[in-house]
Amino acid sequence: MSVPRYWREEKPRYRLIGEECAKCGAKHYPRTPVCSCGSTEFKPYKLAETGKVESWTVIRNAPLGYERFTPYVVALIELDDGVRVMSQVVDVEPEAVKSGMKVEYTFRKVTEDGQAGLIQYGFKFRPIVD
Amino acid sequence: MRKVAIAGIGFTKVGEPWERNIKDLFAEAALAAMKDAAHTEVDQLYVANMMGAHLQGQLGMGAIMAEAIGKPGISAARIEAGQASGGVAFNEGVKAVASGLNDWVLVGGVEKMSDLLPEAVTTALVGTEEQEYTSYTGVTKTGLSAILHRLYSREYGATPEEIGWFAVRSHDNAVGVAHAQYSFKLSIERVMTSPMEADPIRMMECAAVADGAAAVLLGPAEKIATGIEVAASTVATDYTSLASRRHPLTLEAVKKAANGAYEAAKVKPKDVDVLEVTDDTTIDGVLSLEDLGFVEKGKGAKFVAQGHTARTGEIPTNNFGGLKARGNPVGATGLYQIVETVIQLRGKAGANQITGAEVGMAQSMASVGSTCSIAILRRV
Repeated sequence: MSVPRYWREEKPRYRLIGEECAKCGAKHYPRTPVCSCGSTEFKPYKLAETGKVESWTVIRNAPLGYERFTPYVVALIELDDGVRVMSQVVDVEPEAVKSGMKVEYTFRKVTEDGQAGLIQYGFKFRPIVD
Repeated sequence: MRKVAIAGIGFTKVGEPWERNIKDLFAEAALAAMKDAAHTEVDQLYVANMMGAHLQGQLGMGAIMAEAIGKPGISAARIEAGQASGGVAFNEGVKAVASGLNDWVLVGGVEKMSDLLPEAVTTALVGTEEQEYTSYTGVTKTGLSAILHRLYSREYGATPEEIGWFAVRSHDNAVGVAHAQYSFKLSIERVMTSPMEADPIRMMECAAVADGAAAVLLGPAEKIATGIEVAASTVATDYTSLASRRHPLTLEAVKKAANGAYEAAKVKPKDVDVLEVTDDTTIDGVLSLEDLGFVEKGKGAKFVAQGHTARTGEIPTNNFGGLKARGNPVGATGLYQIVETVIQLRGKAGANQITGAEVGMAQSMASVGSTCSIAILRRV
């Protein structure tokens, strides 16, 4: 991962910042150059930090850089503002994940480029503890 | 627009031939297609390949393969559309001939996945997904299918066994197929007791790492005496991320490409005699059958479990084993599907022959439906 490529996504990744179309109000995460309505005017939009698990899987054979986290959960999450995101769900045994489970944003390490390379961070979600 | 026909076909056995490189495989299929056509003139070469840049570090595949088939100097390019590369390259070839710009277009697909370890292949396979927000989660292609599998079971009440039957059906058809990677029967018990790959999808529901190449020589129908006509060839795309799709269980690219192809070929699903669909995992096959219009949404898994896609069923599907059993050398897969459809329409499928097959359809799909290509072929 090159440093500029990582750096340019820091804000959306660290703070869950997407964009809202100035014309039709559609919310995009990640941002997109053109909205499905054709508009190219957007304003920043802060996503909800809580939501629920819609569907999920348990990755047992991982891509490069993710091997030591297996088995881990990746889920399709519907946030409380209706926006959907894909994210790992952590701090829970894979067997305990349930459809509709309430989850919240958490800032986590994602992977690293070898022993001396860039350490990459981002968001994951975790169950909300009442 | 001119009518386009398939003048010749060629392919290698799918497997893990460690002693052979991508050029060896490509040339075997391409030369076989020219020999089959009894025609060696080529105006344009399209090379379908997905992962050569990752796995072999090879770019500029057009020139590399033009040289490999003994035709340095011809116009050539690589076409990449993820796992749909083969079908999309075929579509480009058809357009080149139909437009009158080229007479003879060789479209060949090749992939050599066994050169690297599974983690590297897994990484390359999820390369079709948007990298910064989808692949960054650590999800895999199979993982994305698994997310759909779970949604599907919940929405339509399908059991994991019913979905698992797709793999059993594909393997049934690979028995005795010389070019298949796994030409053995697979029981539903073995599918359902195999280890989890990406829950709830099990290992025996997934296509494996494979090497192979397949090719067709296309030409103007008026110059090909006997043959197989391209009745339709279409490509469509969808939002790549499942998170961006309004209804993730509907593969819009498949619907769109299929509807365009049915209209162009003036046929309906009931007119299709033989079908090749993308069963990279079992659920991909089930969703494809539904969105191609062969069975109502939500009823695909039961349809397969009950035998309607078997050789004697309503719509014989994946008649040489599909991605699961014939094998899935990704960049070549779309062309294997087309080549196999041609074999059926020629009536040369031996024990796998579907009697009287006149119209065949091949559906190639990238990842979980970000790109879909459809070809409808007709015996003339």
